[in-house]
Amino acid sequence: MSTTPTRPPTVRQPTVRTQEEIAARVKALEAIMIEKGIMTTEAVDRLAEIYENEVGPQLGAAVVAKAWTDPDFRERLLRDGTATCRELGIGGLQGEDMVVVENTDTVHNVIVCTLCSCYPWPVLGLPPNWYKGPQYRSRIVREPRKVLREDFGLDLPESVEVRVWDSSSEMRYWVLPLRPAGTEGMDEQALAALVTRDSMIGTGVVPAP
Amino acid sequence: MNGVHDLGGTDGLGPVPVEEEEPVFHAEWEKAAFGMFSMPFRAGFFGVDQFRFGIEQMHPAIYLLSPYYEHWAHTVEHFGVEKGVLDPADIEERTRYYLENPDAPLPQRSDPDLLAFVDGVVKAGASAARESDKKAAYAVGDRVRVLGSSPLGHTRRARYIRGRTGEIVLAHGTFIYPDSAGNGGGDAPEHVYTVRFTNSELWGEETAEPNGFVYFDVWEPYIVPAAGTEGSAA
Repeated sequence: MSTTPTRPPTVRQPTVRTQEEIAARVKALEAIMIEKGIMTTEAVDRLAEIYENEVGPQLGAAVVAKAWTDPDFRERLLRDGTATCRELGIGGLQGEDMVVVENTDTVHNVIVCTLCSCYPWPVLGLPPNWYKGPQYRSRIVREPRKVLREDFGLDLPESVEVRVWDSSSEMRYWVLPLRPAGTEGMDEQALAALVTRDSMIGTGVVPAP
Repeated sequence: MNGVHDLGGTDGLGPVPVEEEEPVFHAEWEKAAFGMFSMPFRAGFFGVDQFRFGIEQMHPAIYLLSPYYEHWAHTVEHFGVEKGVLDPADIEERTRYYLENPDAPLPQRSDPDLLAFVDGVVKAGASAARESDKKAAYAVGDRVRVLGSSPLGHTRRARYIRGRTGEIVLAHGTFIYPDSAGNGGGDAPEHVYTVRFTNSELWGEETAEPNGFVYFDVWEPYIVPAAGTEGSAA
């Protein structure tokens, strides 16, 4: 007597769904969970609005600008990233325990999550797709200089040590970038406007004004 | 588990697809899927470690080829069905309906408590740090080796660090242990350390890039004293 092996319910034949199929399926799940009291469309909209308009890299940029202009703040930030960001009212989901790593003339840091998509939401917002995708996650730990050079246009000399932080635990790492030359007279607000998301991931540097 | 999600060091995936001026969400369904971590979390579907394990159980080919937020919808469906809250036949039927009627409205309901929860959890977060009486077995400066075995189930002990030796550079205190919580067990807090590995230790002298390190966080059960260090039983 032959038996048909049973397939675990979560494994399906490898057929990639279209955007329309995914949208319909997500809508079906949402509809059921609305009826079950788990979700609402207003809460979905509010959550999306927070990360579209309120929590994003402009917050990390404000922290960086303050660290560049206030040595005591910088020292506290590098010692306790979470508590020091809280001084500016910045913190929360996916940044409950943050560690800020500092770039110098001789050290360049870059963050990744090879196992999923961990990223410091309170200071950078939600990650871009490339950060969550298989290409970056597979390569940045094995050939960081090549990825930075070929994919991000950042060519680091061999004399600069490259440190890749794989966010495998609930610690959330992010980068305090180097303050560019020619910014000596600028105030915090003007400095913050220079700071890019990628410079806090470590796939970029802050360009001189 | 030795899953496709464990991508560190995999070759052949090609250039990083950087999108200029990328929007936070690429489609309306992504917003709904994004809401499917925090709200089902509140409803007791999963903790973050189980949430990840649900994603890790996707078919490897689909995992690599599907848009990111489909992973979230997958794990919600996985746990919703497992908990008996979501009925697979109902999901299929409604999916067919919305495929034929993409503009059909969703059920409407107002829930001020849920709205307050969303704002509250974004600001306060949900730390995985947990108090424990356990004494740290290691300190900054210790040289340790990562266990080389292949565990079944959820783990954060990535393949590319297994069996490798590095130095502890940060000690973070005790946190939920994913190898317990992610597999349906309790928080079982363990000490977390950051271990620094040289590129050549991870990839070998022939292919390692010069002058570089990878920093990887480990829970204490992942590591043993490096061979040749004092007190080593390994």
